[in-house]
This record gives sequence, structure tokens and C-alpha cells, in this order.
Amino acid sequence: MIELKNVNKSFGEKQILKNISAIFEEGKCNLIIGASGSGKTVLMKSIVGLIPINNGSIIYNGDTDFINIDDGQRKELRQQIGMLFQGSALFDSLTVEKNIIFPLNLFTNMTFKEKMNRVNECLERVNLKDANKLFPNELSGGMKKRVGIARAIVMNPKYLFCDEPNSGLDPQTSIVIDSLIKDITDDYKITTIVNTHDMNSVMEIGDYVLFLYKGEKYWEGSRNEIMNVTNQQLNDFIFAGKFFREIKDQNTKRNSEKNS
Amino acid sequence: MTFFTHFGRYVLLLKSLFVRPEKTSIYWREIARQMVEIGVGSVGIVVIVSCFLGAVVTVQTAYQLTTPLISKSIIGSIAANSIILELAPTVTVLILAGKIGSKIASELGTMRISEQIDALEIMGVHSSAYLVLPKIIASTFMIPLLVIISAFLSIYSGMWVGEFTGAVSKEDFMTGAIQYWIPFMANFALIKATTFGFIISSVSAYFGYYTEGGSLEVGHSATRAVVVCCVLILLFDYILAQLLL
Repeated sequence: MIELKNVNKSFGEKQILKNISAIFEEGKCNLIIGASGSGKTVLMKSIVGLIPINNGSIIYNGDTDFINIDDGQRKELRQQIGMLFQGSALFDSLTVEKNIIFPLNLFTNMTFKEKMNRVNECLERVNLKDANKLFPNELSGGMKKRVGIARAIVMNPKYLFCDEPNSGLDPQTSIVIDSLIKDITDDYKITTIVNTHDMNSVMEIGDYVLFLYKGEKYWEGSRNEIMNVTNQQLNDFIFAGKFFREIKDQNTKRNSEKNS
Repeated sequence: MTFFTHFGRYVLLLKSLFVRPEKTSIYWREIARQMVEIGVGSVGIVVIVSCFLGAVVTVQTAYQLTTPLISKSIIGSIAANSIILELAPTVTVLILAGKIGSKIASELGTMRISEQIDALEIMGVHSSAYLVLPKIIASTFMIPLLVIISAFLSIYSGMWVGEFTGAVSKEDFMTGAIQYWIPFMANFALIKATTFGFIISSVSAYFGYYTEGGSLEVGHSATRAVVVCCVLILLFDYILAQLLL
């Protein structure tokens, strides 16, 4: 579980995050949604400590305040974190296999065989069995994301962060990535936080949804509640697309017919 | 950003390198890889530059010494001393600053903008120590070796060019080179090369590591790294000459 308490972040005069408080529970897919520039990525990078916050608390597992721990403790905690970056952030000079084995080489005393078994297990988990020897520039966007997920889960993390996992992917591949994130969350009972502005992802995997608008928390709830909210900003965000607008119109029509 | 901000951040980057490695064997492997990339990868350019340097110095020295009152062996002495004191450790290193400096700055800059450095941090890896320290160690060891190669090649190419052009015989050239040889010159050249090796790697790594923005900024970082390295090499060339000679 990760708890945010009044998190604030400014870059110079500009305040990016304003008093954000939220609880991301274990075993759930927690989604941070919002328009581009709403502060999603800054919030995620603040939670993992890549961007220092101005004030507030980020509490991991109920007792560890990420802001007030020393470097050694932070390093230990980070080994429990896996992260999928927006551009996958695979190491260009290493093959898929070497990208995934990298944290195992640094932080475990496993034998080479054990490490290779773990790498193959992770690659199998993301349906990339025969990609071991390929370099990142030989992979498609979707494959890169899957390798990124494999690398993120290789150390059996307790927390998984995904920054825009579907950006630049076609709808079909997006669904594959979403299901993968959901399955991994359920199987390993980890706390997953996903940044997205893809409403399909929200409807597919959003156990808990936090809506950010201009750096402020405007709404929180589940995917089942999101279609019926009255919050103007959230409505504008969700129903910006024709598809979701039509669904809403059909629902409204059906409800009014039922009532009459 | 002011000079003091850059200098402060540079010192903090260097300070951050002194941490306990996550796994020493991985760091050794990375140092060896960097030694191959920086050292072996630069042999070609060093060979080309050195051969021409030696040849040009010999021809130009011979051109200026036209009087029969001065022994021809002086050409060897002037050429060898110029090569060991200045040309091999400074001119060769200025060329290496372009090659190695831009490589380090653009490599780290690209890793920064594509979030690869963030990925390392998230894994719990001390990114500055893992990425920068092996480059500094490799460069500080390999550049003096390249300078030694450069000095030998320059002197030999000078000797052969002297022979072919008829300016000075091989024997006269070597007699002059040996006659006025001062062993401290070799030490001085190696001190310079080690200092320049450190400057090239650390300054380029600084500019690369703190790149912000997109691909355009990676190019800017690489250019800035090379320019600053060249200026610092010339500045320290003067400071070391003043202090040690």
C-alpha cells in the first residue's frame, strides 16, 4: 500500500501538484488519469523519488516515509519497485535478455542458470519467448513495453509503476498490455500504479481511479462509478471522445425510458 | 546558469561517485569495457594524427635550420622534445577530447533524455557511480597509454620523413633526440596526459549526465563538453608547465 498525504510540488513559481492525498491499495490497479500537463508524470516520479517534493508525505507499506529515509533505506525500498517508463527506457546497448538480467546481476547472488531461468520465466510471462537475443532497436513499440514490464517484474517487486503504458500503441496491443498489467497485479498481489489518459484502460483495469486536473485531485473512485459522475472537469475528460459520449447518451436514454 | 552553479554541480557529481558499489565485479567489468572503448577505440585516430605530427614537425624544423653552423642532429632534438613535451600530450589529447568527450556526453545525454538513467535509479543503482566512475577511471588510465603510443609514433615518423626528404639522416635524428633527452620530460608528459584524461571524462560526463530536454540538447551538451574540455586542457597545459618546468 502507498499513501500520499498533502503532496505538493512546484517548479519555480509554478505549482504542479497541489495538496494531493490518496491511498493506493495492494493487489489493485490504481490509475492516475488526467489530461496532458495535469501533473500525472510528476506525481508518479515524485512517488518513486525521482523528483523531490516540496512538502507532504509518501508512505510505503504503512510505515516507511519515503521522504525521510536515508539513502541506504531508499536503495533497499527501490529494489522492491518495478517501473515501466513511457518510452520503455530499455538499455540500447544490451539485448533483451541482458536488459532483464541486469538487476539480477547487481542485486542477487543467483547462479547464471538461476538468473537465466528467471529471465525466461519473465519473458514467457509477457509472451516474448524467443526475443532473448534481440536488441531494443529490433523490437516494435508493444514488444518494448512488454520487455519493460519483464524487466520491472524480474526482481519480484511489491510495487509496479507504469507511466503511460499504452502511449504510441495500437488499440489491440494496448488491450494486451492492460491485461498483462492486470494479470501481474492479481497474480503477485502487488500495488500497481498506472498513469494514463486512455479511457479504454480506465474501463479495463481501473480498480481505483484518481483524476488530476491542473495538479489538483478532482475525483477518486472506481471504474464502475466513473461513468455516472457529475464532476464537470472529469466529464469533459471522459466524454471528450465520440465513442464514450454515445455510450453516455444511450445510458441516459435507457434510464429515462425506464423512468417513464 | 552561472559558472559557480556549474562548478558546484560538477563537484557534487564527483563527490557522488564515492559510494560503495552494488557489486564490485560488475564495476570492474564496466571499467574494462570502457578501457576497450576509450583506449583501443582511439588507437586509429592517434596513429593517423601522430604520424602527421611527427612528419610536419621534422620538416618545419629542418626548414628553419638552414645554416651549416648548426648540427643536423639538432633537428632530431627539437622535434623529439616538442613531441614529448607538447605535441603528443596536448595536441593528441585535444583531438581525443573531440572523439571521447563527445561520445561520453552524447551517450549519457541520450540515456538521460530516454529515461534510462531514471530506470537505473529506480532499480536502486547509484547511476552516477555506475555510469561515470568507470569512464573516468578508464580514461585516466588509457589516455596516458595513447599519449605514449603517440609520442613513439611521432618520433619515428619524424625520423623516417627526415630520412626520405634528405633533411636529416636517421642516425643524426636519433643522436639529437637522445643527446638532449631529459627523463623528467616523460614524467611531465604523463602527468599532463593523466590530468587531461581526467578532465575529458569528468567534464564530458558532467555535461551528458545533466542534459535536460530532447535530442537537440544532447547535441548541445556534446558540443559544450568538447569546447569546455579543450579550453580546460589548454588552461591546465599552461598551469602544469608553469608549476612543473
